[in-house]
Amino acid sequence: MSELSEAFRTAFQLIVELDPKLVEIVLLSLRVSFSALGLAAFLGMPLGALLGVSRFPGRHGLIVLLNALMGLPPVVVGLLVYLLLSRSGPLGGLGLLFTPTAMILAQTVLITPIIAALTRQTVEDLWEEYQEQMRSLGAGTLEAATTVLYEGRFSLLTALLAGYGRAAAEVGAVIIVGGNIAHVTRVMTTAIVLETNRGDLPLALGLGILLVLLAIAVNGSAQLIGEAARRAAG
Amino acid sequence: MPPAEVLPLVFDGVGLEAGGEWLLHDLCFRLDTGPCSVILGPNGAGKTLTLRLCNGLILPSRGRIRWAGSGGGDPAAARALVFQRPVLLRRSAAANVDYPLRLRGVARRERERRCEEVLEATGLAPIAQRPARKLSVGQQHRLALARVWALRPQVLFLDEPAASLDPAASRSLEAAIHVIRKEGTKIVMTTHDLGQAKRMSDEVLFLHRGRLLEQTPAEQFWQEPRTAEAKGFLRGEVL
Repeated sequence: MSELSEAFRTAFQLIVELDPKLVEIVLLSLRVSFSALGLAAFLGMPLGALLGVSRFPGRHGLIVLLNALMGLPPVVVGLLVYLLLSRSGPLGGLGLLFTPTAMILAQTVLITPIIAALTRQTVEDLWEEYQEQMRSLGAGTLEAATTVLYEGRFSLLTALLAGYGRAAAEVGAVIIVGGNIAHVTRVMTTAIVLETNRGDLPLALGLGILLVLLAIAVNGSAQLIGEAARRAAG
Repeated sequence: MPPAEVLPLVFDGVGLEAGGEWLLHDLCFRLDTGPCSVILGPNGAGKTLTLRLCNGLILPSRGRIRWAGSGGGDPAAARALVFQRPVLLRRSAAANVDYPLRLRGVARRERERRCEEVLEATGLAPIAQRPARKLSVGQQHRLALARVWALRPQVLFLDEPAASLDPAASRSLEAAIHVIRKEGTKIVMTTHDLGQAKRMSDEVLFLHRGRLLEQTPAEQFWQEPRTAEAKGFLRGEVL
């Protein structure tokens, strides 16, 4: 029991003192997850919107596949990206393995389906309401899809948060393609695994607490921004 | 140069089937430039379906719809529809008017000019920057009207333009419709509100259970409709 409280005390101390080791790890984590989020939003939102407004044979199968990919295990994504980027892999020449870029790529693969699938659902629901109005105002499919994406911007914030949550919390993909190298590819989740294994519980716990606090901060600010924007735009 | 004339609109034996049921039977009529045509009939007569057909939102299962104007203009650019429950975009009132103009590639200057003009004419200018979805129901209907008015359509279709409005809001909408009409736009509207129909109509198309029972000049229709069903409808009978 005293060991646990001791760990907590040290953990808080590390946070309050802004321990440089800790800060470095946190900053890299944020950089990787937010870059992946940006890329995944760039790819997933238009994809989801188009899937939501278009009708073609095989669409239902594609939606089932996309929804299933939301549950893609991070270790499997890590393994696939590892195979792609490893020396003998098709993209081996780029020398990206065990770099933050590789970690961003892996997390992008992981969360693009989440963002696309949630976007698809939002856009499809809105589409029911907007479709005839859009057509009668003279919008083509692409213009209508863009408009409906913009109309659903508040609901889509949730899709982004889900994507960020997944990226920030996973360890399987980044540990495989990043290698958890100190000062290079060590992020919060991989550091927690390492420090726990090594028995350095205070550092692991400090990182764990920060990880949770960051999740709360990101979600909380998204909520506030969303509400303010919603009040302004109706 | 004035845009190429697209009217008259001709329905030639138009039928509509959905799920094995015929919702519209053998509609034959012609809508010409000029008079305000009111499509009248009880609920479920097929009024809204007829408007959706006119606007190309659904296609007939049988028969033909022709825009028989001599000019050979593009009907899609010359017609506009205000839905019974218009969908306003989650942005300002002015941005709602701007949206379809931008889709049609109208230059920025011209867009601003038309925006200002129609918002002024519909009495919405003071609230142009307010979020459209926060406006009152009456204002929302006027905004939906302003939005299509700015497109300068040759034909304007209105589906139950005052269905859910109180008398004052309904009158102010009607006043706006009158102005649009004076500018030379053909108005085609559905309604089941007899008072409104009487005030607005130059001719009446009476629909009943998916059939067009008569197309009669307004004066004659309101005095002595030709069909028993229309007489019954005017007396307030349940058809």
